[in-house]
Amino acid sequence: MRHIISLLMANEAGALSRVSGLFSARGYNIESLTVAPTEDETLSRMTIVTSGSDEVIEQINKQLNKLVDVVSVMDLSDGDHIERELMLVKVRAEGADREELKRMSDIFRGNVIDVSDKTYTIELTGAGSKLDSFLQAIDHKLILETVRTGASGIGRGLRILKI
Amino acid sequence: MELTGAEITIRCLQEEGVEYVFGYPGGAVLFIYDELFKQETVKHVLVRHEQAAVHAADGYARSTEKVGVALVTSGPGVTNAVTGIATAYMDSIPMVVISGQVPTSFIGEDAFQEVDAVGITRPCVKHNFLVKDVKDLAATLKKAFYLAKSGRPGPVLVDIPKDVSNHKTAFEYPSTVNIRSYHPQVTGDANLIKQAAQMLLEAKRPMVYAGGGVILSDAAKQLTELVRLVDAPCTNTLMGLGGYPASDKQFVGMLGMHGTYEANMGMQNCDVLLAVGARFDDRVIGNVAHFNSVPRRIIHIDIDPASISKRVKVDVPLVGDVGSVLTDLIKVLKSSKQKPDAHKDWWKQIDEWRGANSLNYKNSSEIIKPQFVIETLHKITRGDAFITSDVGQHQMWAAQYYKFDKPRRWINSGGLGTMGFGLPAAMGVQLAHPGETVACVTGEGSIQMNIQELSTCKQFNLPIKIIALNNRYLGMVRQWQEFFHGNRYSQSYMDALPDFVKLAEAYGHVGILVEKPSDVEGALQEAFARKDELVFLDFRTDSTENVYPMVPGGKGLSEVILAEDL
Repeated sequence: MRHIISLLMANEAGALSRVSGLFSARGYNIESLTVAPTEDETLSRMTIVTSGSDEVIEQINKQLNKLVDVVSVMDLSDGDHIERELMLVKVRAEGADREELKRMSDIFRGNVIDVSDKTYTIELTGAGSKLDSFLQAIDHKLILETVRTGASGIGRGLRILKI
Repeated sequence: MELTGAEITIRCLQEEGVEYVFGYPGGAVLFIYDELFKQETVKHVLVRHEQAAVHAADGYARSTEKVGVALVTSGPGVTNAVTGIATAYMDSIPMVVISGQVPTSFIGEDAFQEVDAVGITRPCVKHNFLVKDVKDLAATLKKAFYLAKSGRPGPVLVDIPKDVSNHKTAFEYPSTVNIRSYHPQVTGDANLIKQAAQMLLEAKRPMVYAGGGVILSDAAKQLTELVRLVDAPCTNTLMGLGGYPASDKQFVGMLGMHGTYEANMGMQNCDVLLAVGARFDDRVIGNVAHFNSVPRRIIHIDIDPASISKRVKVDVPLVGDVGSVLTDLIKVLKSSKQKPDAHKDWWKQIDEWRGANSLNYKNSSEIIKPQFVIETLHKITRGDAFITSDVGQHQMWAAQYYKFDKPRRWINSGGLGTMGFGLPAAMGVQLAHPGETVACVTGEGSIQMNIQELSTCKQFNLPIKIIALNNRYLGMVRQWQEFFHGNRYSQSYMDALPDFVKLAEAYGHVGILVEKPSDVEGALQEAFARKDELVFLDFRTDSTENVYPMVPGGKGLSEVILAEDL
């Protein structure tokens, strides 16, 4: 089953490779991994999307907690949470396609953030499945380039990961 | 007053009460070696290869309650140390390895003797540090020692660039450590301990399975008390030998791939299993599905939550220090009105399994049987020696036939299975216990993996007794080839062996060749009578002897091959 794990870790050189190294060394899947510093500059927050049986997910949580740099781990999938991913899509936008692509972007609540005479770059945010749907909804031949951040997640309401 | 990084390093070692550093100098650690030279509190043991430095620090740590310390230079110094570090990691041995690094301004430029030490050791250390600023050095070393010995112990590497060891700063050794992300749980959950006690009181066929955690936690006394209290048979893993007295009637021997029949059958057929500081690894319980095919309730005490329910689902997880949890468990059991049953039927069954006499072997008057050498070694040393071993058949025979009654007497590489461990580990043990008897049980294959240390032994007057069971084969490889590869002995014959007697003599030691069973006892007596000399005993043993019992890889604990089956 797919799980989305959030963790806080010391914002130190090599901390990221300790986490990624753990996943490769123990044969765990990583669908995506995002990391950036938090408002507390000594901490980074990481979101890892992974999959596995309940036993494997339990081990992943325990092994992550065991890393000395990891301060706190939360499996967001254990409760209500929100998940968002950012995607930038560069599309060929010429002639009639120009209007159609703008319309599709609006339907998906995207923004056209860069325009040239031949292209649009559309910014889209949402759950991964929404981004997938957008890519399926537009003419595949028009896609020039896509870049996705991988999912970031946060618990709903007072479900908070903080130290 | 400001001190250099090198001075700070030595001061930190002094503050930690470090007695010995095992190491090998090189360019990146020259400042540190210079400071070592200027003082006498921290003694340096010059090995002949960095792998041996780490194994020696490891042996020192295993035979004491202290943290082992190794010091190596950058590049090849570190890469040579990696096998030793991984060995310590797999067996959770507290150790601090200090490595030199190229100057900070050179890092990443493929400088001479540069290697990414932190990167290369990351998967086999508990934690590691690259110290980029001398101001962080003292606090980092403090953390390193704290991490190494607290919680589930393990090796910690501190990589110090050459310029950092020469930069100056004010020195103050922190008195406490606080790592906000690291708080190992020491005390077990009181409610779960009550549950465990109840389960043990109700058990009809209880079994205690204890591993290296008992040794690391110095909890042999508590374990013994508990086992007697609940009237259960007790087995030890390879790492746990000595954690429960082997001569006690409740001891059923080592379990696992080469465990006794009674230990493995007891594991398979018990109704309540208490696992203490052990981790259900593949060499211990064999095939997981087969093990799980029989219902039993499991209580697991371990300081590492990640060890619990990793391979086998556990009913009562008790996270905490083995000694602390056992003490609490004993208290609850003693205060309970209910007393455990006498388990008469269970013991009858155990004794029936014991009747299989699974460690029996046919001795010979013609050819030396390796088991006989170990039994005689036990007799001559009155079971009271520190025994280190290498890896292979001789290791299993030592584990099976040297009946360890005390903890920290059996020093071997269990998890990683590192050939070449025995001799350097024995050096660490002998330095930690100067007046004591230390023997290294080895084979002609393993000993050659770190034989250069005979030179270190000479320099530091280490009167180790090397018990080489020389069967002219990589015996365990040969055994698997005989069982599973149609007797095709691919590359397992040791041809062109040196004359070990002459070799020992060349290093300034004593060598004795033993070829007849009738000479075994005399040779051992002579060797141990030479209290101040290293003696290399070259026993020419039966080259076709196999280790029994054997649970083949992938099989279940009751699917065992006994010697008499063949």
